[in-house]
Amino acid sequence: MTEKFAPVDKILKEQGNDPAKLIPILQKVQELYRYLPEDVMRHIANKLEISPAKVFGVATFFAHFAITPKGKHIIKVCNGTACHVKGSSYVINTIKEKLNLKEGQDTTEDGLFTLECVSCLGACGLAPVMVVDEVVHGQISPAQACKLIDEIAAAEAKNA
Amino acid sequence: MPKKTIEQISKEYNEAYKNVTGRITICGGTGCIAGGSMKVYDAFQKELEARKIGYCLNITKGCHENYISMSGCRGFCAAGPLVSVNDVFYTHVKPEDVAEIVEKTILKGEVVDRLLYTDPNSHQHCKTTAEIPFYSKQERILLHDCGRINPEDINEYIAHGGYAQAKRAYTEMTDAQVCQEIMESGLRGRGGGGFPTGKKWDLTRIEPGPKKYVICNADEGDPGAFMDRSVMEGNPNAVIEGMMIAARAIGADEGYIYVRMEYPLAVQRMRTAIAQAEELGLLGENIFGSGFNFKINVMEGAGAFVCGEETALIASVEGKRGMPNVKPPFPSQKGLFDKPTVINNVETLATVAKIMEMGAKEFKKIGTLTSPGTKTFAVTGHIANTGLVEVPMGTTLRQVIDEVAGGTTNDDGSVNHSAFKAAQIGGPSGGCLTKEHLDLPLDFDSLRSAGAMVGSGGLVVMNDKTCMVNVARFFLEFTQRESCGKCVPCREGTEQMLTMLNDIVEGRATLKTLENLEDLAKAVQKASLCALGKTAPNPVLSTLKHFKEEYLAHVVEKRCPAGVCKALARFEIVADKCKGCGMCKRACPVQAISGAVGKPHVIDAKKCIKCGGCKSTCKFGAVVTGA
Repeated sequence: MTEKFAPVDKILKEQGNDPAKLIPILQKVQELYRYLPEDVMRHIANKLEISPAKVFGVATFFAHFAITPKGKHIIKVCNGTACHVKGSSYVINTIKEKLNLKEGQDTTEDGLFTLECVSCLGACGLAPVMVVDEVVHGQISPAQACKLIDEIAAAEAKNA
Repeated sequence: MPKKTIEQISKEYNEAYKNVTGRITICGGTGCIAGGSMKVYDAFQKELEARKIGYCLNITKGCHENYISMSGCRGFCAAGPLVSVNDVFYTHVKPEDVAEIVEKTILKGEVVDRLLYTDPNSHQHCKTTAEIPFYSKQERILLHDCGRINPEDINEYIAHGGYAQAKRAYTEMTDAQVCQEIMESGLRGRGGGGFPTGKKWDLTRIEPGPKKYVICNADEGDPGAFMDRSVMEGNPNAVIEGMMIAARAIGADEGYIYVRMEYPLAVQRMRTAIAQAEELGLLGENIFGSGFNFKINVMEGAGAFVCGEETALIASVEGKRGMPNVKPPFPSQKGLFDKPTVINNVETLATVAKIMEMGAKEFKKIGTLTSPGTKTFAVTGHIANTGLVEVPMGTTLRQVIDEVAGGTTNDDGSVNHSAFKAAQIGGPSGGCLTKEHLDLPLDFDSLRSAGAMVGSGGLVVMNDKTCMVNVARFFLEFTQRESCGKCVPCREGTEQMLTMLNDIVEGRATLKTLENLEDLAKAVQKASLCALGKTAPNPVLSTLKHFKEEYLAHVVEKRCPAGVCKALARFEIVADKCKGCGMCKRACPVQAISGAVGKPHVIDAKKCIKCGGCKSTCKFGAVVTGA
């Protein structure tokens, strides 16, 4: 059990086991697991001597923390104002349709894609902007978005 | 004690810089990096290496011939990636252009005409930034060094006079004098509220110590605003110097910079600058031999718009859910860890050293009587020159949109001054300004009287193809999602307002809905706990006021005049205009369009997902959205 959480303990130690550092701790832990597993959060609460509810509270409050696993490929579509007025919602809706995502669902059944609508990425000059696995694609059209997804899916199918 | 004084550093830097014959600066702002400027940076190094031309990436280690550096955001994001070679300013530079630039400009001193910016009005090729209206019409005080200096080299900031004001504050002035200087300048908080900065500092100064904090609020969450990010990326040392001066003014020995996680580059540049300042002894213990200590921590936000509110931000730094608290007590009395705390926005802090440098009197000459100084605006939307601009307070909306930013554009990007419909200022907390406000001076008080606010400085320009109801819904959807849920008026009120707006855009609303919406908006405005809730109804109320007829069209006629609202829209191809080129057919992601080459095409309404791809692809304006 202790061994399982060794990397988490290392992060806690780096932050001085300080409950005031809960947010940086959770950020580092999420980098490790790509989300915040429940048992890890309980472990953090024990170590910091605060209630698990407090840890869950913070984890669910901030948009960046995920309590369910994210997909293998992260598609971020900027829905900042500039992108919105230049039609990002068309792109978002098309991707949702394409990936067969239901209302409130952001990761595909096969765990391959996660769609995130993010607030301003600051590349307003290139609006609408879509970021696929950290690569920025500017002035994207719904059709281009679908093409990119097809390419990734095809590459995945090939590797499978 | 610092190993070298700032005077020594400055002298050494300027000595070393004398050997530089050519300076190549590549814009390293987020916009240009997204456009591929890092590849251009690499291409310059490779090209110079291949031609055996001397270059360096760091001045202090000794430099001959060419100095290649990245800069922060230069604001002209629409024309990125941007490269300047000495004074020559190139736009839209791609790695494949680098060889030509080296060949012509660096070796022969000639200009590559095709990469110059062409003024769309005069059709003149502009060689330097001074010739480009986008720059020449601005007054860049805060942004003066952004885009000129290397943000990752503290020595260059020092060589340009940096940290001299911090030194003056620590060694020659009392805390009260520093507050007094800023109070006299009339500087008002650039984060939105417009509270006098000097007064805020003085209120914190008189609180008992010894522990006090300075927080730099860099949680710039407004969609469509990127002023703070650009300053942090372009001139991080100005922010640090401002924090140092604030710390001296109030007697704080510790500071936090709370940066959005969405700004990884800003975080990295701030961290680099802090590390360099620590190494030089500018941060740490016994600063400038004054006996005072000051250290700065960087904290990354985790994605909550409400954390821009100061008490919510404090809660978040303390490791709690970022929810606001009732004021008073104000942070000046009981802030971070219950200690007296000053919270200022990035732009405010970055202005401080400039004020001290030019003096309060000179600063007051810029801008208006009650809003002195300049303000940066992130101009986005249907505008020719998307980017970051800095103008004196009191500049009119028309000047910013038409003269600096090049004018409103049609959907296809062509400039059309008469297409201007509205500008949303202050993001989701602000209001919209219409044609009748075009000559309104942009300053704190004029905007407030027009039902809008400066906010942090997001300025979204919208053309006549924009549905204002949809825009109001977009902003409300944002604030509703970001409502922290602590107080009922904001949590439930914004939700109900959003439901009503959904009814309107989806054709279920009645006149009674409009009445209820307005009543509820006013209630939320009055009863919410913090600024998020109090300002959330602004976009709805201002669009209701200025664009009532659009709401009525949605409600009474079940029609979206701009053809934007999906549920009310139907995409059709006008047979007379269709040339049968097949562009729309290829653009359609769901194969809803059919037709033979050269014959008018048709859209199958059952298959159509209303993505709008066909409409934006059609070169003949044959795809229309009818109601």
